Amino acid sequence: MTKSDTIFKLDIGGNLFLVVLLASIVTIPILNLVVPPDSAWHMPTYLVSLLGKYLCFALLALSIDLIWGYCGILSLGHGAFFALGGYAMGMYLMRQIGTESVYGHPILPDFMVFLNWTELPWYWYGFDYFVFAVFMVMLVPGVFAFIFGWLTFRSRVSGVYLSIITQAMTFAFMLAFFRNDMGFGGNNGLTDFKTILGFSLQEDSTRVTLFVVSALALGLGYLLCRFIVRSKLGRVLVAIRDAESRVRFLGYRVENYQLFVFVISAVLAGIAGALYVPQVGIINPGEFSPANSIEMVIWVAIGGRGSLYGAVLGAVLVNYGKTYFTGALPELWLYVLGGLFIAVTLLLPKGIVGWLRQMTKGLFRRAAG
Amino acid sequence: MEEHIAMGEQGMRPRFLADSRALKKGDRLLYLDNVTVSFDGFKALNELSLFVTVGELRPIIGPNGAGKTTMMDVITGKTRPNTGQVIFGSNTDLTKLDEAQVANLGIGRKFQKPTVFEYHTVYDNLELALKGKRSPFAALFSCLSSEQRQRIDEVLNTISLTEQQHRLASELSHGQKQWLEIGMLLMQEPQLLLVDEPVAGMTDAETEQTAHLLRDIAQDHTVVVVEHDMEFVRSLGGHVTVLHEGSVLAEGTLETLQNNEKVIEVYLGR
Repeated sequence: MTKSDTIFKLDIGGNLFLVVLLASIVTIPILNLVVPPDSAWHMPTYLVSLLGKYLCFALLALSIDLIWGYCGILSLGHGAFFALGGYAMGMYLMRQIGTESVYGHPILPDFMVFLNWTELPWYWYGFDYFVFAVFMVMLVPGVFAFIFGWLTFRSRVSGVYLSIITQAMTFAFMLAFFRNDMGFGGNNGLTDFKTILGFSLQEDSTRVTLFVVSALALGLGYLLCRFIVRSKLGRVLVAIRDAESRVRFLGYRVENYQLFVFVISAVLAGIAGALYVPQVGIINPGEFSPANSIEMVIWVAIGGRGSLYGAVLGAVLVNYGKTYFTGALPELWLYVLGGLFIAVTLLLPKGIVGWLRQMTKGLFRRAAG
Repeated sequence: MEEHIAMGEQGMRPRFLADSRALKKGDRLLYLDNVTVSFDGFKALNELSLFVTVGELRPIIGPNGAGKTTMMDVITGKTRPNTGQVIFGSNTDLTKLDEAQVANLGIGRKFQKPTVFEYHTVYDNLELALKGKRSPFAALFSCLSSEQRQRIDEVLNTISLTEQQHRLASELSHGQKQWLEIGMLLMQEPQLLLVDEPVAGMTDAETEQTAHLLRDIAQDHTVVVVEHDMEFVRSLGGHVTVLHEGSVLAEGTLETLQNNEKVIEVYLGR
């Protein structure tokens, strides 16, 4: 082991990320709630929610890095799990609206009244309970990932074929959710949310709390992923990525390992989606669009896969760029994203983190030699 | 736990392992019975029958396309034969099992091209091969015991890679990778080692060291070696099998084979 490898075992980048995250959990609520609005240090609420949204994307990117960076499973349909988690939370938020809705129906959400439905569909039962909704946020993406993964990994579908099937999966979800008679609000999706757990979504304190919960979820998600990739299981995953048949001949059932991380990853993506929805105030079938899922993979590629915190960095940087460009030069954004992806692939094939690692490695070599 | 469920599905039980453990030196360990494999009409194996006894070091030679690698694929569950059986130990039919099940029965395989985990250290490569529970949950909470560490150290010593143990496998030379892969087989504590062209691309000194290593391993393992290099086969000694066009052409010591008309014909051409 070279010196610099030992240093990376200490996960300096990851720990730095955790420190920054912790600092933001402490300072951002203060900057928003304690510092008076006329102070230059005051952080406006829209910014807090924007950062909260980035953190949700970062958790999503983390879940992609776990399977792609460590196990070589390139999912181009992870947006589906994100959206499923989002819809589960959206259903709870819809039920929370109650009689405050436009039609004022005590049970049925507006779009159902509009469609002349008289009864709540069975799959909406239970979503008036927060605990049930939280459970479904994890269960629905997890079960779907399990079924999907069980069928594909057992048949040894991998590489490009797996990527294409995941694209098809998220596309199928999108078409299904666009239909009004599916009972998920069709084209418009779920929106017009009022409260969460009785707290108004318009309140600054609720927004700040959602930010803090997102940050905690990201931090815990990171620690979970780090625990996984540092265990022997993580070493088996990397081994599968690099020499799958060798792993089989050592007696490991590769499909079980792939299924295990795929389900964990889908659950993390679902949690990210569930935290995203109350902060942006809407979930619609557009979240299932294949282009969305591809964009997520680009975040990870730009940040640098196989390091976990690289995925977080990529998600935050690219989304910051997106916010900036879609505000300043909206028609240019897609070209910028495409150009960025090409530039990173050509110049920094291991992403920003991979490039930083190489630079520091070089420095250590020089220092040692 | 998952492993057991999956095994149950295919009707295999771990007791076969215990069966083959009870075998004594000289008992039949592996028996290929009339195995035929055809790819689009081409018979890679043609009613191949051969057996290997416990404790043997058996070189298998043959010209290109003789079916050596296909034979390994059939034994290890990678390729299903069209007809025939492969019996391991007293009564396990390997043709019904997949790669992981065959490996867990105690059959280790070394590929022709050295296949190690390039982004893992030498030590981690051996740890991954270490005999033990193979389920994801077991792996998630796995810790090495001191006996296991000792076992890894022993194997590191056997394959002369103790000094390289913390290096990435990708940094090893070609010969060292071959030894590492042999070391990984040893970590599995197999009943039977299948070794495919272990000295291809090695220097003479490395070849000699590999022969030494394999003879050493053959002291307490059954080893089947597929090889092209005649000098190397001579240095291994023992009973040699010649494959040709998917079946056994001849068997015997290398000296008798070298005077065998059929073998000369196949190797030197008509």
